[in-house]
Amino acid sequence: MRIHCPLCGARDRREFSYKGAALVRPLAAAEPEAWHAYVNLRENPAGPLAELWYHEMGCGSWLQVTRDTVNHSVLEVVLARDTALGAGA
Amino acid sequence: MRIAGKGQGAGAKPVNFTFNGRHLMGRAGETLAAALLANDIHLVARSFKYHRPRGILTAGSEEPNALVTLGAGPVQDPNQRATTQELYEGLEARSQNCWPSVEHDVMAVNNLAAPFLGAGFYYKTFMWPAAFWEKLYEPMIRRAAGLGALSGLADTDRYEKAYGFCDLLVVGAGPAGVMAALTAGRAGADVLLLEEDIRLGGRLLAEEEEIDGKPAQIWLQEAEVELQQLDNVRIMRRTAVTGVYDHGTYGALERVGHHLPRQHSLKGSQRPRECFWRIVAKHCILAAGAIERPVAFRNNDRPGIMMAGAVRAYLNRWGVTPGERVTLFANNDDAHRTARDLVAAGVHLAAVIDSRHDAPDSDLYPVMKGAQVCNTSGSKRLESITVRSVRGEERIQSDCLAMSGGWNPSLHLTCHLNARPSWRRELLAFVPQTGAVPGMRAVGACNGSFSTHAALSEGAAAAVAVLAELGLGAIAAVHLPEAEDQPYRIAPLWAVPGKGRAWLDFQNDVTVKDVTQAADENFRSVEHMKRYTTQGMATDQGKNSNVAALAVLADVTGRSIPETGTTTFRPPFVPVAIGAMGAGAADQGFKPQRFVPSHVVAEERGASQVEVGLWYRAAYFPKPGETNWRQACDREIMSVRQSVGVCDVSTLGKIDIQGPDAAKLLDFVYTNTFSTLRQGRVRYGLMLREDGFVMDDGTCARLGDTHYVMTTTTAAAGEVMAHLEFITQVLHPEWDLRLTSVTEHWAQFAIAGPKSRALLNDLLDQPLTPGDWPFMACGAVTLGGIKGRLFRISFSGEEAYELALPACYGDSLFRTLLERAEALGGGAYGMEALNVLRIEKGFVTHAEINGTVTAQDLGMQGMMSQKKDFIGKAMAQRPGLMAPDRMQLVGLKPIGAVQELSAGAHLFDPEAPVERIQDQGYVTSVGFSPLLGHMIALGFLKQGAARIGDEIRLVDHMRGIDALCQVVEPVFFDPEGERMRG
Amino acid sequence: MRFSGWRVLKEGLTGNRGWGPQWRDPEPKREYDVVIIGGGGHGLATAYYLAAEHGITNIAVLEKGYLGGGNVGRNTTIVRANYYLPGNSEFYSHSLRLWEGLEQELNYNAMMSQRGMINLFHNDGQRDAIVRRGNAIINQGDDAELLDRDAVRRLVPYLNFDNNRFPIMGGLLQRRAGTARHDAVAWGFARGADMRGVDLIQNCEVTGIDVEGGRVTGVQTARGPIRAKKVALAAAGRSSQVAALAGLTLPIESHVLQAFVTEGIKPLVDHVVTFAEGHLYISQSDKGGLVFGSYLDFYSSYAARGNLPMVEHTMETCLAMVPAISKARLLRSWGGIMDMTPDGSPIIDHSPIAGLYLNCGWCYGGFKATPGSGNAYAHLIATDRPHGPAAKFRLDRFSTGHGLMDEEGTGAQHNLH
Repeated sequence: MRIHCPLCGARDRREFSYKGAALVRPLAAAEPEAWHAYVNLRENPAGPLAELWYHEMGCGSWLQVTRDTVNHSVLEVVLARDTALGAGA
Repeated sequence: MRIAGKGQGAGAKPVNFTFNGRHLMGRAGETLAAALLANDIHLVARSFKYHRPRGILTAGSEEPNALVTLGAGPVQDPNQRATTQELYEGLEARSQNCWPSVEHDVMAVNNLAAPFLGAGFYYKTFMWPAAFWEKLYEPMIRRAAGLGALSGLADTDRYEKAYGFCDLLVVGAGPAGVMAALTAGRAGADVLLLEEDIRLGGRLLAEEEEIDGKPAQIWLQEAEVELQQLDNVRIMRRTAVTGVYDHGTYGALERVGHHLPRQHSLKGSQRPRECFWRIVAKHCILAAGAIERPVAFRNNDRPGIMMAGAVRAYLNRWGVTPGERVTLFANNDDAHRTARDLVAAGVHLAAVIDSRHDAPDSDLYPVMKGAQVCNTSGSKRLESITVRSVRGEERIQSDCLAMSGGWNPSLHLTCHLNARPSWRRELLAFVPQTGAVPGMRAVGACNGSFSTHAALSEGAAAAVAVLAELGLGAIAAVHLPEAEDQPYRIAPLWAVPGKGRAWLDFQNDVTVKDVTQAADENFRSVEHMKRYTTQGMATDQGKNSNVAALAVLADVTGRSIPETGTTTFRPPFVPVAIGAMGAGAADQGFKPQRFVPSHVVAEERGASQVEVGLWYRAAYFPKPGETNWRQACDREIMSVRQSVGVCDVSTLGKIDIQGPDAAKLLDFVYTNTFSTLRQGRVRYGLMLREDGFVMDDGTCARLGDTHYVMTTTTAAAGEVMAHLEFITQVLHPEWDLRLTSVTEHWAQFAIAGPKSRALLNDLLDQPLTPGDWPFMACGAVTLGGIKGRLFRISFSGEEAYELALPACYGDSLFRTLLERAEALGGGAYGMEALNVLRIEKGFVTHAEINGTVTAQDLGMQGMMSQKKDFIGKAMAQRPGLMAPDRMQLVGLKPIGAVQELSAGAHLFDPEAPVERIQDQGYVTSVGFSPLLGHMIALGFLKQGAARIGDEIRLVDHMRGIDALCQVVEPVFFDPEGERMRG
Repeated sequence: MRFSGWRVLKEGLTGNRGWGPQWRDPEPKREYDVVIIGGGGHGLATAYYLAAEHGITNIAVLEKGYLGGGNVGRNTTIVRANYYLPGNSEFYSHSLRLWEGLEQELNYNAMMSQRGMINLFHNDGQRDAIVRRGNAIINQGDDAELLDRDAVRRLVPYLNFDNNRFPIMGGLLQRRAGTARHDAVAWGFARGADMRGVDLIQNCEVTGIDVEGGRVTGVQTARGPIRAKKVALAAAGRSSQVAALAGLTLPIESHVLQAFVTEGIKPLVDHVVTFAEGHLYISQSDKGGLVFGSYLDFYSSYAARGNLPMVEHTMETCLAMVPAISKARLLRSWGGIMDMTPDGSPIIDHSPIAGLYLNCGWCYGGFKATPGSGNAYAHLIATDRPHGPAAKFRLDRFSTGHGLMDEEGTGAQHNLH
């Protein structure tokens, strides 16, 4: 498996670590249900999924990778800092 | 038997080898199988279940029968295919799965019991009486398990792993692969051509045919020369692609040293025995050829019954005939080439039996059309076959039967990403689905195109298509050499009807009857049939037998073959030694080793080392006269309590955080507040995971207005770094700060004890001014002009400092510190003493922060700021994490003359029975406090904070410890902290 | 038909023609008391125990592929009861007891082999954690023994004791742990359920779950609608998809876990051995293949196949621990899809929809749970009360935080197990 890091180019999977679904962190004051959904519940699609990978053994970038969980094809990779996942935080 | 003048290896130098202890001679460059046949040895092995005599079936890596063990001792190598093992001088091979010998195998008695050992027999029996299964039946079954044996010793061969990258990976160097490599190579593509065999050529090596008007061997040689002259083409022989993985990644096994005498691939020698390649290719052309399939008929498993194409390979390539009275049985035109070549070579062809009524005639030999082989005889070698035709049954003397049920494209690799093949009726075979693997094109025989012309033309066309995609297009017309272009004619023939056992899977002894019985028992799904009968689960993974077994299943269940479906092909394509795929990990190579700056000094002083993650740390520093670790540990503890001790703490994670928003990050990642921390001060911090449980603790120092250095525990250094990067990149990209891991940059030593300040004042360029260095102060210092950092923090409860200098000074600094400490009556202390010192103070480590505790469990609820958001705050407020009946951190001290407490023990009320539902908690850390003169422990106890003073029973079944303890506050020494503040 | 020594003899002498189907292939009826979605180990076991212990036989098990085609047929076959947290501890203990009587219960030889399992440890911290575990096992009433290095060496001398990056310090032995023939477990439960009247319906994918007024009424399938009073989900690996048919979102991520088998070799590894530093578990089958596995591939996947980094890691771990198997050759590798929950422990519970039940989230450990899970799930479905040993497998533990079961201590959130 290879992931195309926007900064480093295509690199082997073993340079990356995985965090899971890319979700927007709730506001501090959000209801417990929102936090439960953020930490525990997962849509877990069989198909394209936006997820977070960390180029730990490379440039250290957190990436948002859109990948098909059925055939593993990578549809898009962007730097996570260019997304708005911290909107709530 | 050899045929004079025949074969491509004629004139090769003779090679001595042994088989089952017999001294034999073969030729350089030939396989063990060819050499055995040349020596008229046909009984090579025994089958798995019935221990039936087995010979050589094929001439390739798909061989299910002729598996042998090579060598002895640590390099003993079981299950090697005689059909791919090249001869070398001194090779020692022997038969396996037989006792006392392959000729006389006691376990052949299983063959007599065959009626009771059919499909699924295990599941219906061995149940009475129940106790006999473990004691009698299973040990009996187990003794019969396996084929060859490992030596039980650590392997002494050398293995390697490597990476390869290319534009185009060509798998297989038959006509299709060679043509593809030539076409792409000429256009300048970066080509990697992989061939499992010793030589390029594929099927051409086994055939007598012409390409471009010259013998195929000449064309091949010319092509090889041209390929070798192209710098952009790399040829790897003896290399099989084993697996296809995502995004153009391929695994491949190169057998580097299998053809050399044993000593050439041992550890320390020039070359490895095997190299496992991870290849990344933009494109792949699969030119893997095809595998001929047997026909099932009664007693079709005797030595001497071989694949027709293999007979041709032995004859044409190695100049060996597997028999003197050969018969042929086939359902397709291709197999007739075997008859033609045998006749041309002067071998007696006793009969050609073709199941088709419209089989082609020949001028060279008569053809029995519409006939079938329905039985054979001969115990350890074929003696005769029985042919059934319109004329009735007749017996024909024959010592070799060449059979062919047609060809199966080698499409395995196209299925590794879960694609299913498609059925081609006119070929009676599965072919790859287009697009089965992104970037892969199947050409030639593996694509169901069996003629040499088709192979060449598909190989060239695929290469042209790849070149266009690579932007290396604009190819002038490719010259396509002329070659045979016979149509592939075949009629269905899977199993000859009749009584008796007709084998499908030769190694696992699966017969047509087994498949039929499985279907009768409603194991009708192809996966059920496979699992119930073990069909296709032998070392060839069904390469020879799966399609025929499927056809039999389809037949008995009244379905078509495509309706019946296939089982799944999985990696690896050929079996790969664990030693190759795991190369480098044996012995100390499994994980990197990390050494602290004081490592050399510790070694010099005979310190005992412990692994802490990847690090090695000194456990204790023994002194002459000390007979056990406890004496050293007690001494080190007392030296810290009474004078001064020095300990290497460089393994703690250190993260440098700089920028205007550094304080925001710290406020967000720690439960407590850091923006209020003054410059030149250190604060203890606690961080949670987002799930609300404690992730790590440590100190963080503010070195400047926008400059902090965070300390993590040794274990969590990497995890915390990733966590901080996550926050700053994903959650708060707007924050202006930078993170740098500086763990390796600094040598850091704890200097602890009442004389620590004296030691430092003697050492630092500027003595410490009393008012400027209170507890939890930090700042820059110099030592011999070298800039360092000093932190007044304590993990021992004493007045203590941590001194950091650039790592290159670590060894020298540690020596100096030890010298000074010893002069003051102290010395080095290791992990054992450090652990007791911190237990005495109730400081926690990851023994307590075990992933399942909350801040409240640790008694640190006060550190959870109410004024700000931080990671984990919301989820830490779940009722289950706030519940008053959770287990809380307590101290434990023994009541009475108890000698031992132990970590991992569970806690019970003294009167309660010792059983799970009464469990009150567990012990996390213990140590002997020389100061207090008894064992002390930390642990978690239900509602512990409210039970201080209670008695509790500590039970450790594992170590046989049962002790009454008193629950105390988790601090045993200087509870007010006067010593460390003083 | 009952299997007996007499029957085996008679069939052997008459050409094995009289065995007959081990289960029927019935047409689905229009209505059942209970529909179980998923004909894997847990679904089949649930059907069996519903019929055998609760007298409920009007049941359909709906399987989209073939019976036992999920994780029950693609695991490393290990059976054990060595958990230490409340909830897991009593459940796996119960399951192991059911395993011990399974052959006689089912009249089917699932080849349960209590060859013993040894968990190795390599440093003081691991030792103390393993001692805590061992004590919990004893407190639960199961067996565990702490072995020192020499004792481990006597039992498994072929391990790397001489030059190991992480020297073996000792091990925890559970003698009653072992392996079973995985497919046969599914087949045995299938046959047992079928004999009691359960309809096992293969090639019948569930495409919808019908809910009316907050109560489940039936399912839509590839073979038409089926009404049901109760619908029980047992589709590990696809739990999220099936639950989504009823509008539910689960605390589950699907991950691929690879497993490996070598060519058959003569017996060498007699126990199940696990290696903490690289997370290896290995045993040798009764056919001679070494069967082993390691971690997840660590990315969400439904592909049932893995990638090279974890393959190589697993082989490296083998070499580090058992250099004597260096020349055993990997024959086949495959992947199973694991339902991963945040805390690494499973769920057997009611769903928020009346009449719809959940059995999911088995993470790495579904195989050894098979009889216990079926037994407990049947009890829940039949009585609407949780079964004692499985009562802590609650769905709401993630929202309340009560009774989280993070055995590894790596965290009660996704992607840490």
